[in-house]
Amino acid sequence: MSAVLVIFFILAGLAVFGAVALIVQSHPIHSALSLILVMLCLAGLYLLMGAEFVAAVQIIVYGGAVMVLFVFVIMLLNAGEEERTNFSKLASFAGVPLALALAGLIAAAIARSTVHMPAATTGELTSTRELSKLLFSQFVYPFELTSFLILVAILGAIVLAQRERH
Amino acid sequence: MVPQVPQSADIVRVLPEILWCGFGVLLMLFQPYQKNRQALTLLAMLGTALGTLSTFFGKGGSGFFGLIQFDTFSLFFHWLLGLVAFLVILAADSYLERENLDPAEFYALILFATAGMGVLASAQELLTAFIGLEMSSISSYILAGYRRDSVKSSESAVKYFLLGSFATAFFLYGIALVYGVTGSTNLAEIANADPTSNLLRLGLALMLVGLGFKVAAAPFQIWTPDVYEGAPTPVTALFAAGPKAATFALLLRIFTTIHAATDFWFWAFWILAVVTMFVGNLGAIVQTNVKRMLAYSSIAHAGYTLVAFAAVTFLKGDPENGPWPAYAAILFYLLGYALVKVGAFTIVSEIGGTGERHLTLDDFAGLGTRQPFAAAAMSVFLLSLLGLPITAGFFGKFYVFKAAINSKLIWLAVLMAVNSVIGAYYYLRVIVVMYMREHKGELPADIAGSLSPTASMVVAVAVAATIYLGLFPNHILGIVLSQNLFASR
Repeated sequence: MSAVLVIFFILAGLAVFGAVALIVQSHPIHSALSLILVMLCLAGLYLLMGAEFVAAVQIIVYGGAVMVLFVFVIMLLNAGEEERTNFSKLASFAGVPLALALAGLIAAAIARSTVHMPAATTGELTSTRELSKLLFSQFVYPFELTSFLILVAILGAIVLAQRERH
Repeated sequence: MVPQVPQSADIVRVLPEILWCGFGVLLMLFQPYQKNRQALTLLAMLGTALGTLSTFFGKGGSGFFGLIQFDTFSLFFHWLLGLVAFLVILAADSYLERENLDPAEFYALILFATAGMGVLASAQELLTAFIGLEMSSISSYILAGYRRDSVKSSESAVKYFLLGSFATAFFLYGIALVYGVTGSTNLAEIANADPTSNLLRLGLALMLVGLGFKVAAAPFQIWTPDVYEGAPTPVTALFAAGPKAATFALLLRIFTTIHAATDFWFWAFWILAVVTMFVGNLGAIVQTNVKRMLAYSSIAHAGYTLVAFAAVTFLKGDPENGPWPAYAAILFYLLGYALVKVGAFTIVSEIGGTGERHLTLDDFAGLGTRQPFAAAAMSVFLLSLLGLPITAGFFGKFYVFKAAINSKLIWLAVLMAVNSVIGAYYYLRVIVVMYMREHKGELPADIAGSLSPTASMVVAVAVAATIYLGLFPNHILGIVLSQNLFASR
C-alpha cells in the first residue's frame, strides 16, 4: 500500500466517523465539533488529489466561517441537550437496512466500474490558476448565477428574520 | 488554453433571466422609497412581461459554450413560466393587501424563482441546471414561509426546506457519479458515454430521485400536501405550476439527450406514473380541505405527465412519427395544467378570506348563488382537471393517452383511465357542493364579498385560455409538435 492510500483511508475513515458522530451526538455543540472533523478530513482528501485551492476554501469557508457561525448560533440560543423522540417503527425497521443497502449498492457500483475517475488523475485542472480561468470564461454563466443565488439567500434571511412591522 | 469570452449572442440568449433577475434587484432597491403596493405590483409585472417578451430577440442555438440551449423547447417553457409568474403576481396583489404582507420582497422572490426556472428550462449542462434548481428552490422555501405569523406557513417552509435539501443532495450525488463515469457534466457529452455502465445508471437513478421530489412524484410526494396547504395561496399556485413545469422540462431534456436514461428510466417512469396517479387520486378523495385536495390532485397530474414520459421510450423506436407526439403531449399538458392550477388556487385564495380560514368544502357551499362568476370559473377549472371536452385538460389527457396507446402501453393507459374516473368523484363533488348545497349557518363577513378586481382578471384570463386551448389545441400543438423542438428555431 502506498503512503497516499494509507493517508486516504485514515482521512476517509475519520470523515465517516465524524459524520456518524454528528448524527448520534445529542448535544448540539458536540455535533458541531464532529462536523469540523468532517470538514477538515474532506480538506485533507482534496489536498491529496492535488486540489489545493478547493482544500484551502474548504478550511477557510467551512472549517472557519461557517463553523464559527454554527457555534455562535448554538451559544446564542443556549441550545441544550436534544430531546429524543422515539423513532417511528418504520424508520428503525426499514430505514436503517434500506440506507445500508443503498450505501452497499453505490459502493458495489463504484468498486466494479472499470472507468478511471478523470478529475482525480489530472492535477492540472485543479490548480488555482486553471480553475479561475475556467470560472471566468467557460463557466461564467453559472458563476454569475451563483451570485444571484446568494442574493436570494440573503433576501430570505432578512425576510424571515426581520422584526414584525406594525 | 485561450480563455473563452462570452459573445453578445450568448447574452441575448439569457436575456429573460437577466431581465427577471434585474427587475428583482430593482424591486429590492425601490422597497425603502416606494410604499405604494400597486406601483410595486406594476413594476414586477412589467419586469415579468419584458423578460418573457425578450425571448423574441434570442437567436436559436447553444450559448455560453454549450451550457445552455435556446430552442423551441426552452422558448415554450419561458413563455409558460413568464405567464405563470405574471398571473401569480397579479393575483398576489390583493392577497398581500389583505394579509398585510410586504410586497417588494415577495415579488422579488417570485422573479428570482422564475429566473431559476428559466435556467432549468434551457440548461444543457448539469451544474448550470443545479444552480437554476437551487435558485428556484431556495426562493420557494422562503415564499412558503412568507406569512410569518402563521404556524402553518412556517411549518410549510421548514418541511419544504429540509426535505427539499435532502432531495437536492440526491440530485447532486447523481451528478457527481455521472461526472465520475463520463468526465463531463454536459448533456451532449454524457450522451456519448457507454450506456451500459452501472455507475452511470446509478447516477441517473439518483438524479431521477432528486427531480422526482421536485415534481411531487410518489413515493417522493410526502411533502406536497403540507407545503401546499401552509404556503400563502398565490405561492401555492406558483408551486403547482412553475417549478413543476420547469423540473419536468429538465427531466425531459436529460431523458431525450442521454440514451442511457431513455432505456434505463423506462420502468422507473412506468412505476412512478402508476404509483403517483393512485397516491394522488386516492389521497384527494378523503380531503375536506379544498387547498389540500388540489395539492393531492397536483400529485395525480404529475402521474399523468409521467405516463407520457414512459411512452417516449417506445415512440423513439417508431420510424414513422418518432417521439415527437409524446414530447408535444407533455408540453401541451403542462401548459393547460399550469393555467388551470393558477386559476383554481386564485379562487381558493380569495374565498379563504383573511388568514386563510375558510378553505373547507363547506365554505364553498352555495358559492353558485353567492358568487356566480367564481363558481362558474371554478367549475371550468375542475372540469379541465377532470379532462372534459372543450377544456385544455381534455386535449392534454387525450394526447398523453394517445401516446401511451401508440407505444402499446395498454396497461398504463387503462390505469390512467381508471384514475381519471376516481378523479371525477372529488372534482365533481366540489361542483355539486358549490351549486346544490346551501351554506350552513351564518356567512362569515369576510367571505361574503366577491373576487377582487385583480383576482377576477387572473381568473378570467385562466378561464379564457383553458377554453381556448380546449377549442383550438392545434395553435399550440403547431408550435410544440415539431421535429425541431430541440433545434434552433
